[in-house]
Amino acid sequence: MTDATERTVTPRKSPPWLNRDRMSVLLIALGCVALLLGGSLLYPGFLKPGYLLQQLQIAAFLGIIATGAMMVILLGEIDLSVPWTITGTAIVVISASGSSNPLIASLAIPLGLCLGMAVGLLNAIGVAVFRVPAMVWTLAVNAMLLGAAVFYTGNSRPNGEVPWLATQAATGRSFGIPNAFLVWAVLAAITVWMLKRTVYGNYLYALGNSRRAVFLAGARVHLVTVATFVLAGLFSSFGAILLLGYTNQAYQGMGDPYLMPVISAVVIGGTSIQGGRGNYVGTFVGAIFITLLSSILSVMQMPPAARQIIFGAIILVMLLIHGLTDKNGDI
Amino acid sequence: MTTRLRQNAREAIAALALVVLFTGYIAIHPRGFSTYVVTIWSNEGTLLGLAAIAQFFVVLVKGIDLSVGSVVALTNVVASFVLNGSPTSIALGMVAVLAVGVACGLVNGIAVVHGRVQPIVTTLATGGMFSGIALLLRPTPGGSIDETMSDALTYAVAGIPVSAIVLVVVLVALLVLLRRTTVGLGLYGVGSSEQSAYMTGLRVNRLKLVAYSSSGFVAALAGIYVSMVTLTGDPNIGPSYTLNSIAAVVLGGVALSGGVGSPIGAVIGALILKTISSLMFFSGLPPLAQPFFEGLILATAIALGALGVFRVRSRLELYR
Amino acid sequence: MADRYVELKSVSKSYGGVPALTKVDFRCEPGRVHAILGENGAGKSTLMKLLAGVIQPDSGTISIGGQTVRFSSPRDAAKQGTVCMFQELSLMPHLSVGDNIVLAAPRTRMGLVERGVYQEAREALDLVGARSIPLGARVSGLSLSERQLVEIAKAVFRKPKLLILDEATSALTSELVETVFGVLRMLKAQGVAILFISHRMHEVDAIADRISVFRNGRHIETFDVGARTTDQIVGLMIGRSLEELFPPRRPPVPDTTPAVLDVSDVSWQSQLVNVSLAARAGEIVGLGGLDAQGQQQIMHAVFGVLRGVTGRIELNGKRLNGLKPPRLKQSDIGLALVPEDRKTEGLIPSMSVAQNMRLAALGRAPFGLLDLNGNSDARLRQLIERLALTYGSLEDPVATLSGGNQQKVVLAKWLVLSPKCLLLMDPTRGIDLGTKAQIYRLLTDLAAEGMAVILQSTDYEELIHLCDRVYVFYRGSVAKELKGDQLSADALIAASMNVHLHAGARA
Repeated sequence: MTDATERTVTPRKSPPWLNRDRMSVLLIALGCVALLLGGSLLYPGFLKPGYLLQQLQIAAFLGIIATGAMMVILLGEIDLSVPWTITGTAIVVISASGSSNPLIASLAIPLGLCLGMAVGLLNAIGVAVFRVPAMVWTLAVNAMLLGAAVFYTGNSRPNGEVPWLATQAATGRSFGIPNAFLVWAVLAAITVWMLKRTVYGNYLYALGNSRRAVFLAGARVHLVTVATFVLAGLFSSFGAILLLGYTNQAYQGMGDPYLMPVISAVVIGGTSIQGGRGNYVGTFVGAIFITLLSSILSVMQMPPAARQIIFGAIILVMLLIHGLTDKNGDI
Repeated sequence: MTTRLRQNAREAIAALALVVLFTGYIAIHPRGFSTYVVTIWSNEGTLLGLAAIAQFFVVLVKGIDLSVGSVVALTNVVASFVLNGSPTSIALGMVAVLAVGVACGLVNGIAVVHGRVQPIVTTLATGGMFSGIALLLRPTPGGSIDETMSDALTYAVAGIPVSAIVLVVVLVALLVLLRRTTVGLGLYGVGSSEQSAYMTGLRVNRLKLVAYSSSGFVAALAGIYVSMVTLTGDPNIGPSYTLNSIAAVVLGGVALSGGVGSPIGAVIGALILKTISSLMFFSGLPPLAQPFFEGLILATAIALGALGVFRVRSRLELYR
Repeated sequence: MADRYVELKSVSKSYGGVPALTKVDFRCEPGRVHAILGENGAGKSTLMKLLAGVIQPDSGTISIGGQTVRFSSPRDAAKQGTVCMFQELSLMPHLSVGDNIVLAAPRTRMGLVERGVYQEAREALDLVGARSIPLGARVSGLSLSERQLVEIAKAVFRKPKLLILDEATSALTSELVETVFGVLRMLKAQGVAILFISHRMHEVDAIADRISVFRNGRHIETFDVGARTTDQIVGLMIGRSLEELFPPRRPPVPDTTPAVLDVSDVSWQSQLVNVSLAARAGEIVGLGGLDAQGQQQIMHAVFGVLRGVTGRIELNGKRLNGLKPPRLKQSDIGLALVPEDRKTEGLIPSMSVAQNMRLAALGRAPFGLLDLNGNSDARLRQLIERLALTYGSLEDPVATLSGGNQQKVVLAKWLVLSPKCLLLMDPTRGIDLGTKAQIYRLLTDLAAEGMAVILQSTDYEELIHLCDRVYVFYRGSVAKELKGDQLSADALIAASMNVHLHAGARA
């Protein structure tokens, strides 16, 4: 090659500690601060610890689901089956837990997690083996899950019982801090470690950048792909179980409002939707940002339609700031 | 001729599948083959077909449009305000609705081209905004549509559904534009390889804007047609159009990687989806089981379409 | 005709503070072929991109026919008659050949593309010797050499006043190069100014009138062809002589040494037909032939990339059929492949030098956990020394390195695993002479250490001076095995064309 290729990436001018990932995190953290300050002007209770802790609790549900979504996005794919994985898990857990068979009742949570992993495996088979674009395949899987849920529950709300553990994890507090947030923090620490220090994590980033090069470097491409989708399904189910504990009920469509916030949290956190680039801290802060934003919009008692417009507009603006400030990469 | 057939193999297979499905549908339909049955089928197919064409334009330039349904909903709502009164005001209303569609497409295009935001997230965000605006304009379904016009566009002439005629006219016009003009060929070029297109001297950014605004335009046509069929403006119809339009283009052999496919394929894909769900309706399956089988058939169809990967003899082809 | 068609005055261009061109004065005239020579990073491509409007100069002026110009895009430049053929081909793969050519300079009537233009596209293709390529064929189905021909036809079709060819003939056979040169001479006679970049010195000798040498972003010297010997030109480019390029010949490996890699009767689709070959420890075995005669496929077949391969592939007695790369790279087998395309297959350009070098060894980490200061990283540091890798920081994206250094990263990635058999696919394509010499030395050393090296190459010099034996491929099978004194340019060319068959050497 001549210098045509040498120069494709120009040396960055910003100081070395402020790389692209950190820039995104900083930007989104500033966004959080701006929301809090703005919110406190409208509603004085905003900066009180009680409110903030409650926001962290709610952000945990979103954040855990977004963790799985981020891994799939790092891989360069996307998982649109999130909504009905959530709903399906909630239905399975609540029905199993309410079962008269004590064995099934005690296995309710593991069963729910298994459902998530099974969905992940189904997603992975379509994407890795059949090479169907993830966008389409996970959509079809979502449609099947929806159909299965409708078939199973009919048009009524599923009956059953929310497992004690789910309620505790979702609504309880330890040392004054919501359990849900603690659970999220532990999962986050594991995720960061996994992405940085395991072979899996390294191949995940590499695959998101170039499947071909990773295949020719002798990596088990299928294995990494399958593991990622299965993990994503697991995270979705995990979040769903907490959500179930929080809402204390399962209903059709309970996962539907989560797809857009989950993807938004990942993407405004600086993870490239094309894969291979991103940082978990960004997703973490991104989930908090999205939670704060929807909280403020609801506190302001906006009609749902206006809330939807403002929500979309703010996400778009955040993305535009990314797009226009980052000369080298796309969001 | 053989190369031509091979290049359009996906479309040919999809067309064959459509014929088989349609025959099955007619066979189990209690009223059999009649102008009435075909007209209903064609009307519904045209709605999704237009949405699929809207999706096609964005996919052609390597994008994806998650706001197609929202644009259909928004234009449908706008139509329910303006498509009545004197012929002049209806004509002006028509122009206004189409302008709204083009504006939505342009917003997407500008964010993607000049804002450097990936299409999928752009349209995820704008889709929320567009449907929010639709909800704001009309919180519940309503409005009025000129009924004479609706009748003219949704019935049949000489046994042929008007919607089918409209669809064919749109398709022929688009085919000429796409295959015989520099802009049309340029769209294929940009989708095929943006860098090569730039080096060849094509106006890449402008072409992408053309693709996105064409998408908005056709989505507005779909929105108008929805109001012709339902006679109301409904802000909540969006989601199913978005998802089905993506499934339709894929079934019709349009490559999500850009540069491959035709509006005909997109429409065939849409008609397949429509026929499957109509088949379900008359299949005798319990109504609660229908959504599951619809999903299953969709997944199977997509997987079958992807069976070609097992014929690939060099694994490098699988990793692009 | 004496007017200076294109003139650069004191043009500088830098990328993020790194100068690519410094105060360059340069001119080229109508009706002449002007060759640009220089190592990688010398600034040749930057010069081309400036002229073609892809980038704009930081300072200095570019003038055409005395008028100062500033192009904002290739489209802009093309309007003024500057047409550039970059080595990264500018064809749109899903469009037909005809559409690709016509879109470059469309003519329309009432908004529709005129049909007559396609006839002209056909004529342009015929002119450059691409008679066999149909207008309706999709570019994605063409071979690399066919694409280059289409690219040349497209350039001719645009009727340029200044034509820039950047490695435009790298994949063409000598016959086709001759046809293309005929076209260039015709354009020259019509008064077109032609800038020609090539790594093939004999091509430069054959076509160019004048030569300009660039080094480190500066214009060193311009002279008429023939005014300097090849050695002198190389000296100007890199400051060393041609003899230093290849290491001295090694003593032949005795025939009695058992083969490390043993391939027998391998067939695949219609592209490999009963291929048998062997490589012994300490040997460098070459694979040569015209473009796409099966040399690439046999490498892929051995490395487990292809499905449905028949025949037998063995490494040190172990059967490899059906095994895939993750298994083949394990130390009990020890196979490694340096792929053909650095940018998409060998490297992940946006990831760091260190990450790229670890990519192959990762799979061997115990329990799937990384130990970033472990053995393999210590070995990598040794390899960086041995390969004399030039880099800023190991954390920089690998795309910031020069092509030669990028290839060293690919080599390091595999050498850290200490393979027993190394497969290389055209490893020196587009690499500067300095790095080439280093890579040749490295391969010789590796062979001396007992590795079996298989080198597929498009460079005859490389096959002649570096290899112990060369298998020449023709239409999917080994047409001839050449070794020792038989290895000469004439013999290689004759075998590549399979001269016994005479006509129709390339369909």
